[in-house]
Amino acid sequence: MEALDSLMHGFAVLMTFDKLLLMMIGICLGILVGVLPGLGGPNGVAILLPLTFGMDPTSAIVMLSCLYWGALFGGAITSILFNIPGEAWSVATTFDGYPMAQKGQAAEALTAAFSGSFIGSFVAVVLITFLAPSIAGFALRFGPPEFFAVYFLTFCTFVGIGREEKHKVIISLVVGLLLAAVGMDTVSGDLRMTFGSMDLLKGFDFLVAVIGIFGISEILLTIEEKLAFRGHASNLSFRKVFSTWASLPRYWVTIVRSSAIGCWLGITPGGAIAASFMSYNVAKQVARDKESFGKGRIDGVLAPETAAHAAGTSALLPMLALGIPGSGTAAVLLGGLLVWGLQPGPLLFVEHKEFVWGLIASMYLGNIAGLIIVLATVPLFAAVLRVPFPTIAPMIIVFCAIGAYAVENSLFDIKTMLIFGIVGYVFKKLDYPLAPLTLALVLGKRAEDAFRQTMIGSYGDLSVLFSNGLVATIMITAILILFWPLWSRIIGGLSGAAAKRSDVPAE
Amino acid sequence: MIRMNSPSIALLAACAALAATGPAGAEGWQPSKAVEIIVPAGAGGASDQMARMLQAAIQKHGLMKEATVVTLKGGASGAEGLIDIKSSPPDGQKFIIAQSSMYTLPLSTNIPFNWRELTPIAIIALDEFVLWNNAAAPEKTVKDFLAAAKATPMKMGGTGSKREDHILTAFMEQKAGVKFAYIPYKSGGEAATQLVGNHTNANVNNPSENVAVWRSGQVRALCLFDTQRMDYKTKVTADQSWADIPTCKEEGLDIDYTMPRAIFLAGKAPPEQVAYYTDLFKKIAATPDYSEYMANQALKPVFIEGEDMKKFLETDEAKHKALMATAGFLAGSN
Repeated sequence: MEALDSLMHGFAVLMTFDKLLLMMIGICLGILVGVLPGLGGPNGVAILLPLTFGMDPTSAIVMLSCLYWGALFGGAITSILFNIPGEAWSVATTFDGYPMAQKGQAAEALTAAFSGSFIGSFVAVVLITFLAPSIAGFALRFGPPEFFAVYFLTFCTFVGIGREEKHKVIISLVVGLLLAAVGMDTVSGDLRMTFGSMDLLKGFDFLVAVIGIFGISEILLTIEEKLAFRGHASNLSFRKVFSTWASLPRYWVTIVRSSAIGCWLGITPGGAIAASFMSYNVAKQVARDKESFGKGRIDGVLAPETAAHAAGTSALLPMLALGIPGSGTAAVLLGGLLVWGLQPGPLLFVEHKEFVWGLIASMYLGNIAGLIIVLATVPLFAAVLRVPFPTIAPMIIVFCAIGAYAVENSLFDIKTMLIFGIVGYVFKKLDYPLAPLTLALVLGKRAEDAFRQTMIGSYGDLSVLFSNGLVATIMITAILILFWPLWSRIIGGLSGAAAKRSDVPAE
Repeated sequence: MIRMNSPSIALLAACAALAATGPAGAEGWQPSKAVEIIVPAGAGGASDQMARMLQAAIQKHGLMKEATVVTLKGGASGAEGLIDIKSSPPDGQKFIIAQSSMYTLPLSTNIPFNWRELTPIAIIALDEFVLWNNAAAPEKTVKDFLAAAKATPMKMGGTGSKREDHILTAFMEQKAGVKFAYIPYKSGGEAATQLVGNHTNANVNNPSENVAVWRSGQVRALCLFDTQRMDYKTKVTADQSWADIPTCKEEGLDIDYTMPRAIFLAGKAPPEQVAYYTDLFKKIAATPDYSEYMANQALKPVFIEGEDMKKFLETDEAKHKALMATAGFLAGSN
């Protein structure tokens, strides 16, 4: 096969001592960057970009893409240990990852997260290797109506599938949508709800909000509940890593499904966030024991991580094949390509074969090397939780503040983070779910833009949302899911009446 | 991270001591710590790429002792970056790569910003605009295109709202008596993809935003919004170079519209800083990195400084104000 030949050639390019060394350096720097919330992928790559100007393009991209892998892996660490998602797509990882860490299963959660991201990205890389030319065109079918349909589907999975009280989910979602609307509106070019404040111009950055909502509010709660919080005992051994691995094959269905969701959403630009949330919700819905989700289930960590990384990786496909960056980091890498004198786009595969296959080969090697390095650090990171709370809480707060500041180098963001911390605390106290709010903060503006672009293009005709097979399928699925509780009650009622059985039928 | 605070303070103190004791060195004023390049745009966009080019040229050719740091301040269509440079002290440690949003944003949103409060250094490039349609569309000339647009309404994609792409679209509407449904996207790259996917009928992207899809034969260049054709004669697509794109005037659509890439220092910088940076950018403009970048991105290499630059900006601003007033893009009090 031609793809296989080219790939082997790519490996040959990489198998030199200095390239392997650059990979290792890239991964280690990436993990450091990923652990600091706010300083994730794009910023890390941007900071290190100047280092690579003197290198040849292949070495440079190898190092930067390894940095990217490292940052991806690193993002899960803080989500699990401290409930602070390092990246938008790590939010869903906190739902079960943090409770697991609380129960003293941090090592298991970390291992599951790393393995999940490894498998997800691996599947996506294989997809890129063999299907790049044929699949790249799929992204082109996504116009505003299709984008809106995908976002709509994501929102619907929350309202329809969540176990929380529906009105609370919707209220939380609406608050998120409202906050997402602050700042410059893409469609009208006007400022909204900034009240003349220059600090509010850029709106609320998602990461800043999330660091406050999840990280700070968690600390407030812990302080209130039991100040005498003692560190969790966790063994400094690799036994946990291997025993977790041994249990992973049991979750193969979750893994396969999450990879599929991830790859599908990743090829449509910007799908990693939607992928992680959707995958988590689907895993929760098909599980027999739904109540235990959110209380620390290993497949609750596997599902979002696998999907997010499958999506994140397959997002590089449109970048390579079409020259459209699928994520912030990809955009910075794209800028780098130009500095090295390469023109991204459909012809990159033809004109700079060596570079493209070197990059794809480095995705394989970087992913494997990254997994080994992060797994080696699992016991170390798990041990962080043994530190008593009074010692570690101030450190986490400092950590959060640095993270919030690093997003935009703005002091105002630290204040915003603290306010969001209080918002998160109040939500938790009143038993309102936080996930819909964060989801709306990330996707709200994009969904709104997509909807209004759709309406401009169709001159206000809503039927455009059902005008072709692709968009109609997504919309109908979304509506079915939105009214899921209704259907399941009807079906339940019917079959219950027919069979007169006392147990709840499976939906 | 890159800003080395204590060493730089030490260095500053040393410099101060030196300045106090001896006569000023032949070198004149120099930045005393890493210089920040403010990019009022998102990651990977044209301004960001230009900043990376400047950074690479300065580093490779050793044009500055201190390092440079690129800071992206793309919030609110770049207003964030404008406000940042406005509120920075005139210490010569920071410059911005501004573009026409420096006047369109204050006009359309009333944000308190005026480029006259900054110190202009030089306009180092002019960005061109081209009218593009999908390669599969039947309209092969501007005339056919406008005729088709008059018959059935067309969708025009572009970056943001009430900014250069939107203003240029309004300019076309005013000149040609057509009406487009303008669809604002987040970036030029997105506008390019949407055109290729046939979700819009046309766009007025900069050459760099569309070059990838043009080379692969997915879009067609109808005309260039400038007074004369571009100089780049190397073939970009199978059979066309940038110089082969006719001007819109040649095609009967009398519109010229370009966008300056202008460098400003914060506040009212003293003359020695102006001299230092003018010299720096002259040196950059002489590097092969610069000319390569101009050619790759199909930018028009210019070097407009001093009074000429002010005059250029005044004229360009007045032109925008008039266009925006006719299109109804001005905010309340303008």
